[in-house]
Amino acid sequence: MSTTVDTATEIRSFQIEIPEEQIDDLRRRVAATRWPTKELVGDRLQGVQLATVQELARFWTTEYDWRKCEARLNALPQFTTEIDGVEIHFIHVRSRHENALPLIMTHGWPGSVIELLETVGPLTDPTAHGGTPEDAFHLVLPSLPGYGFSSEPTELGWDASRTARAWAELMHRLGYTRYVAQGGDVGALVTDLMGRQAVEGLVGYHLNLLTAVLAIGDQLPKKSEQERAAAKALATFREDGFGYFLEMATRPQTIGYALLDSPVALAAWLLDHDTDSYYKISRAFVDGKPVGKLTRETIVDNITLYWLTGTAASAARSYWEDGRALAAALASGQAPPAVSVPVGFTTFPGEIWASPRSWVEAVYPGLAYFNEVDRGGHFAAWEEPALFASELRAAFKPLR
Amino acid sequence: MTFEEMKHRVAAASALGLLLIACPSYAQTVAAAPKESSMTAQRQHTTSTSAGPRAAAEDTAIHPFRIQIPETELVELRRRITATRWPEKETVADHSQGVPLAMVRELARYWATDYDWRECEAKLNAVPQFVTTLDGLDIHFIHVRSKHADALPLIVTHGWPGSIIEQLKIIDPLTNPTAHDGNASDAFHVVIPSMPGYGFSGKPTSTGWGPERMGRAWAELMKRLGYTGYVAQGGDWGAFVVDQMGLQAPAGLLAIHTNMPATVPADVDRALLAGGPAPSGLSADEHRAYEQLVRTFKQVDYARLMASRPQTLYGIADSPVGLAAWLLDHNDADGQPAAAIASALNRTTSATGELTRDEILDNITLYWLTNTGVSASRLYWEYKGGFFNAKGVSIPVAVTVFPGEQYEAPRSWTERAYPKLIYYNKVDKGGHFAAWEEPELFSTEVRAAFSSLR
Repeated sequence: MSTTVDTATEIRSFQIEIPEEQIDDLRRRVAATRWPTKELVGDRLQGVQLATVQELARFWTTEYDWRKCEARLNALPQFTTEIDGVEIHFIHVRSRHENALPLIMTHGWPGSVIELLETVGPLTDPTAHGGTPEDAFHLVLPSLPGYGFSSEPTELGWDASRTARAWAELMHRLGYTRYVAQGGDVGALVTDLMGRQAVEGLVGYHLNLLTAVLAIGDQLPKKSEQERAAAKALATFREDGFGYFLEMATRPQTIGYALLDSPVALAAWLLDHDTDSYYKISRAFVDGKPVGKLTRETIVDNITLYWLTGTAASAARSYWEDGRALAAALASGQAPPAVSVPVGFTTFPGEIWASPRSWVEAVYPGLAYFNEVDRGGHFAAWEEPALFASELRAAFKPLR
Repeated sequence: MTFEEMKHRVAAASALGLLLIACPSYAQTVAAAPKESSMTAQRQHTTSTSAGPRAAAEDTAIHPFRIQIPETELVELRRRITATRWPEKETVADHSQGVPLAMVRELARYWATDYDWRECEAKLNAVPQFVTTLDGLDIHFIHVRSKHADALPLIVTHGWPGSIIEQLKIIDPLTNPTAHDGNASDAFHVVIPSMPGYGFSGKPTSTGWGPERMGRAWAELMKRLGYTGYVAQGGDWGAFVVDQMGLQAPAGLLAIHTNMPATVPADVDRALLAGGPAPSGLSADEHRAYEQLVRTFKQVDYARLMASRPQTLYGIADSPVGLAAWLLDHNDADGQPAAAIASALNRTTSATGELTRDEILDNITLYWLTNTGVSASRLYWEYKGGFFNAKGVSIPVAVTVFPGEQYEAPRSWTERAYPKLIYYNKVDKGGHFAAWEEPELFSTEVRAAFSSLR
C-alpha cells in the first residue's frame, strides 16, 4: 500500500521522449515560413538579420537532429518534483567524490538547462577536467517555473523570490543541508534572492551578472574608465536593447501568440538578446564560425526545447512577474535585505554591462571573490564552460 | 506566385491597361476617377521630362490600381489560422498581460470560418485607387473627387496599426456632403495614401522613410494630382506626417487638421520623460492631460520594441494569429487593447457606422495579405523625434480633441503649440481611431475645421 507516500514531495525520475509527429510538424512549419523583407541596415540595429534567421532555418530543417539533444539530456539523471504547486524539472548529477560541495545552478532567459550542460563534466568530475577531487560539486540544474520541462505556473506570484524559496525546498528535499548556488541572467536574480532571503543551508553563492544594476545603476560610481564603459553599456542597453525585456514584462501574452505559432519567430526572439552574443551566434550560422561552445547545434537545441515544450509565453510571463516585483520593491523605497553569506562574482568581458569590481562591491560590501576573465559573454557557462567551471572552483574554494 | 509578384503584375497590368479588359467594373472606376488627374499625370510627365535629369529619372505616371488577391492566398491564410499552436491562457482575469487568449481564439475562429475578405476587397475596389512613384517608392492611394466643383482638396493619412481601411467610412461624408447632412460648400476632394511599407504601397528598401520624407512625398503627390491649394489631415502616424508637412509648409498647403495634436510644452515633456511628478503651476486641464500621458507612456512598450527591433518580429509575418494579437494590442485612453477595438470585436453589425468585427479583420487581413507587419513596424525605427511635444508648426492648424485619445490636449497647450490655431474643439465621443470609430462626427469636425479657408 502506498498510502503513506507523500506524493507532493515525491521525486520522480524523468526522461524526454518527444513524439515524432511533433518534430515533423516543427520541420514543416519552419519550411513553410513566410518571411518579411530584409532589414534596411547592414548590422543588428533593426533586429535579428534576415540572413541569420534564414540560415538558422535552413540548418534547422535539413541538418539538425533533435534526437541527439534528447539523448544528451537523457544521458543525465533527470527528475521532477512538485514544489509549491509547480512541477519542477531538474538535472541532478552527484559527483563520485564524497566530499563534493552541493551546488544549485540556475539558467536564465533566453536559456534553459541546455546552457549549462557543458559544465556538468568539469564540475562533477574535476579530475577528468584538469582539477582535483577537492574541486568536485554535486550539481543540481533546475528548469525555472514556466521554462523547459518544468510546468507553467497557472496562478500569479511566481516571481524570482518564490523560485528562490522553491530552490531551497528542492535542496532540502534532496537532503543537502549545506550548499552553494550560482546564476547568471534570471538565474542571478533567483540566486541573489536565495541569499537575501537567507534560505536555510545556503553557505555562499556566485554570480556572473550584476542584476542590481537595473535598480540602482544610477547610484553606481562612474569615474574610472572601466566604470564609464559599464555605465555607457548600461545606458545603451536601456536605450536600445531593452525592448524585448519591456515587452515581456508588460505584454507577455501578446508576444506569446507569435512565439508559440511560428518557430522562426521564436528563434529570432531568442536570438535577440545582447549585442555580443548576437554577433557570436550570427557568425556561427552565417560564417560557420562558432565562438567557444556557442555552436549551431546547441543554439538550435535551446530554441527547439522552447518550441517543443511550448514555453515561450510562460517564460516571458516570468518577466511580467519579476517586473512587477521589481517595481513594487522600488516603490517601497526600502533597500533589499543584506546578504550574510559570502558572495563571489566573475566579470566576463562580453557581458551586457561588464561590472567593475567597484560596482560589485557597492552591491555586495563584503565581496568574497572577484575576478575578471579575458573571454566569454552573457552566456558564460555555455560559451566557455571550462573557464566558467574554473571560476566556480576558485570562488567556492574557501567554503569547503 | 507570391503576393509580391502578384502585386507587381497587377501594377504592370494596370499600366498597360490590361485590367480594363480583365475587369468589367474597371470602366466604372475610370468613370468615377477624375479626368483631370489622368490629364495631370500626363502633363506632369511632360513637365518633368524637361525639368532636368533628376526629375526625369522618376516616372511620374499615375496608374489605376485594383486589388485582386489570388484565392490560394486566402486558402493559405485560413489554413494557417486553423493550424495555430496556442499559448496557455494568461494567468490574470484582465488585459494586464496582453491580449487575452479567449479574445484571440474567438477572433481566429471567425476569421478562419465566416469572415469574407472579398467583401473588403469589393469595398476597396469600389473607390478609385492608384499607384504612383514618389521619391523612388510606389505609393498606393485612394483618390475620390467630389462632384462639387469647388471642393477643397484634402489628403488624409492613417496610422499604426491602421491602414486606409480606417478612412473608408469618411469618404462619402467628405466628398458627398449633401447626402450626409452637409452643404455643397462642405465638399472635399479626398486623397488617402497608404504610408510607405503599409498596405499596397511599396516597402522601402533603404532607410529614411520617416514622417518628414512622407510629408514631402505627400506634397509632391498633391502637386502631381494638380492640386494647388489643399489641406492635410492625420491621426496617429498621420498626425506626425501632417505636423511635418506643417513644418515644411510646402506651396499649396493651406492648413492641417490633427486629431492627435502634439502640444506638450518642453518643460512638461521633460518631466514626462524623466517619469517625475507633474510640474507645478498646471491648470486642471493640463494636469489631467499630464496624468493621461503618464498612463499612455506605460502602454507603449510595443512601440519601444518596434522602434528598436522591428526586424525581430518575424512572427507577424509568419503567424496570422501572432499578427492579429500584435495589431490588437494598441492602447487608447480606455484600455490596452484599445477599448474601442475590444468592444468592436463583439459587434457583428452596425447601422450607425460603429466599428465592427469585420472591419477589425479587414485591417488585419490587409496587413497579412500584403505581408507588411514588419515593413510597417520599421516606421517606428525611422522616427527619432519626440512624441507629443510641440513641434513648432507655424501654418494654420485645426485640432479636434476626441475623449478616447492618448491624451486630451488642453486648449492652453494647443494655442501655444500651434500659434495659428484656426479651430479647436473637444467632442464627446470617439477615440484614437476617430475616423474609424465615429466617421460622421469626424467628418463634421473636418468640415468645421477647414470652413474658414473656403
